[in-house]
Amino acid sequence: MKHVVKILSLLVAVSAFWIALLQAAIIPRSHTWLLPIYFVVSLGCYGLLMVGIGLMQFPTCPREAVLLQHDITEAKDFLSANGVDVRSD
Amino acid sequence: MADEKENIGEKKYKYSIIIPTYNERLNIAIIVYLIFNHLRDVDFEIIVVDDGSPDGTQDIVKQLQQLYGEDRILLRARAKKLGLGTAYIHGLKYATGDFVVIMDADLSHHPKYLPSFIKKQLETDASIVTGTRYVKDGGVHGWNLMRKLTSRGANVLAQTLLWPGVSDLTGSFRLYKKLVLEDVISSCVSKGYVFQMEMIVRASRKGYQIEEVPITFVDRVFGTSKLGGSEIVEYLKGLVYLLLTT
Repeated sequence: MKHVVKILSLLVAVSAFWIALLQAAIIPRSHTWLLPIYFVVSLGCYGLLMVGIGLMQFPTCPREAVLLQHDITEAKDFLSANGVDVRSD
Repeated sequence: MADEKENIGEKKYKYSIIIPTYNERLNIAIIVYLIFNHLRDVDFEIIVVDDGSPDGTQDIVKQLQQLYGEDRILLRARAKKLGLGTAYIHGLKYATGDFVVIMDADLSHHPKYLPSFIKKQLETDASIVTGTRYVKDGGVHGWNLMRKLTSRGANVLAQTLLWPGVSDLTGSFRLYKKLVLEDVISSCVSKGYVFQMEMIVRASRKGYQIEEVPITFVDRVFGTSKLGGSEIVEYLKGLVYLLLTT
């Protein structure tokens, strides 16, 4: 099944549930009408939260840049000693 | 270091490492040196797909062939810049390994992670092992706050829409079973980094087992803005395309 079909099925199921809630009137209708808006807003807030958390926890590796420089120097020494041109242009 | 020797086990596998290049005369030499350093007990070949670099990259590759052997370094060049996806397809034609590694030539992908890719694949028999920058032992260096923000935002959006099953969708440091790569690449049509996303999403949809290993990514072209408005639009279009067709 294509992914988009899965998502649409999910939306249809949720919509059916919402319509059923409207008709059954277990929750006062005024609240039920607003549920989709609550849902979208919550989804947006969740997304922003995930972005924010991810940004705070973004893994960095400054040490790697230093190690890379060592590797580059080591490589250039070996290569130039073995007949490979290591000029940049 | 012991890991690099113990990974061979009963059957000895061969690994083909495809590196597309364009104007990487110094980086390709360094990368080849590092690969030979870190894969001492491994049977591998390096396939350099150069797109007619004007800076003499191919001459350097020929010098490397003299040093390391023409059976270990294959130069399979093309006449002009023809794009990444076709570069992999081109390199695949000459690959004789059981597995294919794809990686960038600009040293953002460090060969020291190759043993961990190999080990992960042998442990799990995964069809694809992909490097991820976004987990605890991984990381990125050289990105400013804006770049990190767009990266994170793009990732959250892609996770929400596509449920891809991997944490780093646009990464291009990956190990594939050769047959799996051939299968997946034949159904991909996108360009650029959307291509990398399409590869991993299609593989996931086809049910291939995908494992991840942490990698560090040192961005040395920092300052060259790779993220303008048009990049963002292209990304969003790519997401919608993947949403609808995978």
